[in-house]
Amino acid sequence: MSINKSNKSKLIYTFLAWTISSLIFFPILWTLITSFKTEAEAISSSPSLFMFDWTLENYEEVLARSPYFNHFWNSIVISLGSSILGLLIAIPAAWSMAFVQTKRTKNLLMWMLSTKMLPPVGVLIPIYLLFRNFGLLDTKLGLVIVMTLINLPIMVWMLYTYFREIPSEVLEASRMDGASIGEEILYVLLPIALPGIASTLLLNVILAWNEAFWTLILTAADAAPLTAFIASYSSPEGLFYAKLSAASAMAIVPILILGWFSQKQLVRGLSFGAVK
Amino acid sequence: MATTNSRTLARLMLFPSVVLLLAWMLVPLCMTLYFSFLDYNLLTPGNNEFIGFLNYEFFLTDPAFITSFFNTLLLVGGVLLITLGGGIGLAILLDQAIWGRNYVRIMVLAPFFVMPTVSALVWKNMLMNPVNGLFAHFADWIGVTPIDFFAQIPLLSIIIIVSWQWLPFAALILLTSIQSLDREQLEAADLDGAGPFSKFYYIVLPHLGRAITAVILIETIFLLSIFAEILVTTSGGPGYESTNITYLIYTQSLLQFDVGGGSAGGIVAVIIANIVAIFLMRLIGKNLED
Repeated sequence: MSINKSNKSKLIYTFLAWTISSLIFFPILWTLITSFKTEAEAISSSPSLFMFDWTLENYEEVLARSPYFNHFWNSIVISLGSSILGLLIAIPAAWSMAFVQTKRTKNLLMWMLSTKMLPPVGVLIPIYLLFRNFGLLDTKLGLVIVMTLINLPIMVWMLYTYFREIPSEVLEASRMDGASIGEEILYVLLPIALPGIASTLLLNVILAWNEAFWTLILTAADAAPLTAFIASYSSPEGLFYAKLSAASAMAIVPILILGWFSQKQLVRGLSFGAVK
Repeated sequence: MATTNSRTLARLMLFPSVVLLLAWMLVPLCMTLYFSFLDYNLLTPGNNEFIGFLNYEFFLTDPAFITSFFNTLLLVGGVLLITLGGGIGLAILLDQAIWGRNYVRIMVLAPFFVMPTVSALVWKNMLMNPVNGLFAHFADWIGVTPIDFFAQIPLLSIIIIVSWQWLPFAALILLTSIQSLDREQLEAADLDGAGPFSKFYYIVLPHLGRAITAVILIETIFLLSIFAEILVTTSGGPGYESTNITYLIYTQSLLQFDVGGGSAGGIVAVIIANIVAIFLMRLIGKNLED
C-alpha cells in the first residue's frame, strides 16, 4: 500500500515539475518553432505549435541579408580568445595561491573578487575614451582585453578551488624527483587539474558569449558579436518575427548545448565557492 | 632553500593577475573620479574647468536620478523576490523523486544561457507585443483587452523578463544546497510526526540560509547593472519610467556626452554597489575559513 502511495505522489510531482519546467522553457521552444514558420504564420492570431508548413527560408534570408557569420566569428574569437588568454594569466596565479599560501593569500583572493563587483558604469567613460584614443573601439582585440579582465577574477577563483583539492604531496613528490616549478605545473599539475581547467574555460566562454554591456557599447559594425547583432533587431521594419527567431536560434543554440554540460561548474564559478 | 625559491616564484606568478586587475580597477576608477570634478562635455570642447562637487549636486538633485534610483530598487527587489520564491519552490520540487528529472533540469536551466538581447527581444516582440504577441492572442481568445506591456507597465515587464533569466540560477544554487541536506534529519522529523510545513520551516529553510544569502548577493551585483534588456526594449522610457541608474549614466555619458556628469553618476553607482559588496565579501570570507 505504501508503494502505491509513493507512486501516486511521484506521479503528481512529475506532472507538476514537467508543467512548470515546460512553461519556463516555452519562450525558447517558441523561438525555435517560429524560426521555421513563414512571417505570415509567425504573427497569425491562431498560432500553431507544430501544424504549419515548416520552412528554412528565414535562416537563408538571415544568412543572405546580413554578415551573420562575421558576427558569429566575432563571438567565437572574443569568447574563446578571452577565455584562453585569461587561463594563461590565471593558472600561474591560482597555482601560487593554492600551493604557496601566505598570510596574504586570503586577502588577495577577496580583493580579486572585489574587482568583479565594480559596476561597469563606474569605469565606462575612461574605458570608452582610452579605447577611442588607442584605436581599440570596434575591434576584436579591444573586446578580448575587456572580457579577459572582467572574467579574470572568476577564473582565478574557480581554478583556486580546483587546485586546492589536489593534495600538495603529489607536487612535492615531483619536486623531490628534481622537477623544476615549470615542469611541475606543466607535467604534474595540469594533467590532474585538466577537468577543472576545462570547466573554467567552458564557463568563461559562456559568460563572455552572453556579455551584453561592453559588447554593446564598444562595438559598431566590424567587431560586433552576436549580442550586438541581435540588438540591431530592436528597431525593425515590416514583418520580422520569423527572421528574429532564426537569428536568435543561431545565436543561442550553440551556447545552450555547452551550458547544459556546465551546470555543476556554474554553481561553483558563479557562487565563488559559497555554495558547493 | 627550495621554499624561499618557490616563494619568489610564487610572487612572480601572481604578478600578472594582480597588476592587470589593479590597472583595470584603479586607473579607470581614478580617471572617473577625476572627471567627476570637471566641467567636461565632449560636445563643447573647453578647458574642462575644475568645478568641485557641482556635477554630484546636479546628478543627485536631478529628478531623473531619484526616479532611476527607485526603479533600480524595484528592479533588483522585484527580481529577487520572484527568483527566490520561485527558486525555492522549484528546488524543493526538483528534489523530489520524479520521472525524467534530468530533462526537467535541462529545461529549467535553459533561460540562463540565453543572451540578454535575445531574451529581451523575444519577450518584447513574440510574447508581449500588444497586437501580434502570444499574450495578446491569448487575451483576445479569453475575451479581455490585451495589455500594452511596455507602454502601460514598462518596469514590471522588464522585471518579468529579467526574472525569467535569473530564476534558473536561483533554482540551481538552491537545489544544490537542498541536495546536501542531511536526509536522516528529515526522516527523524517524519518519525516525530512533523508535517511538511514545519519540516520546511525548521529544517529546510535554515539549511538553505547560506545559499539564499549567496543568491541574493550575487544576483544583486548583476542586477544593479542591468543594461541590455532596457536598451533593446524600452530605451528607458516612456519618460524615465524604466530607466535604472546604469542606463541613466549611459545616456548621460554616451548619448549626451556629458563626461563630468556621467562620471559623477558612475562614482555614485560604485558607492551603491560597494554597500552590497561588503556583505557579499563577508559571506564568502566566512566560507574561506570553514
